[in-house]
Amino acid sequence: MIDSAAPHSASLTAMLEALLAVDRVRAGRIVKDSCIPGSPVTCVETLIVPALEEIGRCWEDGTVALSQVYMSGRICEEIVDVMLPAGDPQRKGQPKLAIAVFEDHHTLGKRIVFSVLRAGGYEITDYGHGVMADDLVHMVLRDDPQILLISTLMLPSALRAKEAIARIRNELPKTKVIVGGAPFNFDPSLWQEVGADAMGRTATETLEIVNLFAREMGQ
Amino acid sequence: MTTAMTPMQRTLAAMSFKEPDRVPWFLLCTMHGARELGLPLQEYFSKPEYVARGQLAIRKRYDSDCYYAFISAATEAEAWGGEILYREDGPPNSGSPVIRKSEDIEKIEIPVIEECPGLAKTLRLIELLKKDAKRDIPIISAVVSPFSVPVMQMGFEAYLDLLYTQPDLFKKLMKKNTAFCIRWSNALFDAGATALGYFEPLASPDMIPRDLYRTTGLPLAAEVVKSVRGPMAAHLASGRTVPVINDLAGAGFVGIGVSTNDDMGAVKEACGKKLTILGNLNGVAMRNWTEAEANHIVHDLILKVGHGGGFILSDNHGEIPYQVPDRVLMAISAAVKKNGTYPLDG
Ligand code: B12
Repeated sequence: MIDSAAPHSASLTAMLEALLAVDRVRAGRIVKDSCIPGSPVTCVETLIVPALEEIGRCWEDGTVALSQVYMSGRICEEIVDVMLPAGDPQRKGQPKLAIAVFEDHHTLGKRIVFSVLRAGGYEITDYGHGVMADDLVHMVLRDDPQILLISTLMLPSALRAKEAIARIRNELPKTKVIVGGAPFNFDPSLWQEVGADAMGRTATETLEIVNLFAREMGQ
Repeated sequence: MTTAMTPMQRTLAAMSFKEPDRVPWFLLCTMHGARELGLPLQEYFSKPEYVARGQLAIRKRYDSDCYYAFISAATEAEAWGGEILYREDGPPNSGSPVIRKSEDIEKIEIPVIEECPGLAKTLRLIELLKKDAKRDIPIISAVVSPFSVPVMQMGFEAYLDLLYTQPDLFKKLMKKNTAFCIRWSNALFDAGATALGYFEPLASPDMIPRDLYRTTGLPLAAEVVKSVRGPMAAHLASGRTVPVINDLAGAGFVGIGVSTNDDMGAVKEACGKKLTILGNLNGVAMRNWTEAEANHIVHDLILKVGHGGGFILSDNHGEIPYQVPDRVLMAISAAVKKNGTYPLDG
């Protein structure tokens, strides 16, 4: 299932197996055995994030199912929450992130992205689902997130995000907007059409983009 | 073949793995009829008479080989006690889940078809279309599978948690859903549907690992197929299909709706003379196709999978987005005639 030629450490391979088997207990034990106590960030960066990244890549090439992506994101989020509780100074407080499901009510995509970003050590404000343009603009102006993530599952919602993004840009030109969800995956030029700065095909790709933007922002 | 066949003859020939006069084409539009009638979507969906008139107008305009008697997936969610959320620029969606906690699975009752106005609307729609279709035009309708419908009944996250962590409760829900799916499918056949799509996106290995599907959703699919009074095609709603084609053929389906992300050479090989291929135009992307692109994509697809029959041209999801313009649908309709006449290399 996993490309055996890739240079995985033994614990990374074991972690991948545990996550794909949706085995919470085993995944927790691997983290405990292979991470140095007191340096949770290193553990996130060398074991948890690489495991999730590999799972994301495998979803794209068709060897891993979405249910496994979701369950492994949840398991990692739980593990990281214990190691790095919300508010822990070692958590990446910056950049300020917010996420919303725009207009529609399909929350799984957002949930997965949320889990993976949190498993990567970020804090994110959750604006919920069924968020309409006016409310989104209002919340963004209120909170001034540096990166706004917008998820949609229905094509009409994706298309209508264009107007909301334009309004946000008008007021807050520095805010980076990342979009994602099935319509963007089926039409690879849609993210540009709606005026986003980037799109994430998978949750782990989103983590990579957020890391990149964070570096650009000097954080 | 020289004389033109009726859409039914064309479809049946293709499904018997023979080459008809040309590749059949199923234009699966649920919403475009509203535009034909000049009605807002919610009003259009409110009366089967409107939808029937819309279907007639669409078939006439684009020369499709079927009528599509399907209103929306949310109709089934509504039958289970949920609400439908309408919008004017796209398909209705199901509202808040009806199953919110474990006990709800024990309590939820199998819908009685006669008592559900939404279901009755679809049955009436089929009867109305039948008057025009007679035996010449296939009437295609669809059901959501017992294994995929919980995404609407309880939400995707809660359903995956149930599937992975509560096998007994999962089985209870599947028992109810399967009983309903069989009854609902038979009601659709009794009303006059020629064939049904069995919407089963969760059969796709993009969604659920194949091994897990084989022990969960697949046996239910086989049970439904053997208990209903007509042919069923599995439709993975644009999820990739190749690794599960054999499994679905084994469950007794006669066709399969395949994804734009599938390797069509591999699809043709896997389907062989077991399953007719339905697909695989990308509905979301076709909004911006030029006429030349539409022609090229249709031509290429027909060359890949059209030989020997066993192929019906369609979109890859079972629904054309409302934003797809007339110009593109016209171009696809012209392209299937231009490139789909058998023999293909003649
Ligand atoms: C399973 C499925 C169904 C199931 C369950 C649907 C549900 N979730 O409620 C059933 C059979 C019920 C169904 C019905 C319908 N469906 Co459906 N369905 C699918 C399918 C196969 C998967 C959808 C899904 O939930 N995926 C899980 C999520 C998590 O995946 P995802 O959104 O891609 O998210 C990943 C990435 O995109 C990314 N991501 C997600 N969000 C974000 C956000 C950011 C910021 C970033 C960076 C990344 C990111 O990360 C995630 C994890 O890697 C898709 C096609 C497909 N192959 O994707 C169609 C699809 C979503 N359906 C579609 C439609 C239209 C419908 C219906 C409206 C049809 C109808 N007329 O009735 C109904 C609506 C049902 C409802 N809820 O009311 C369309 C929507 C696009 C459009 N044409 O408008 C799709 C895309 C099919 C298509 N190709 O056209 N469907």
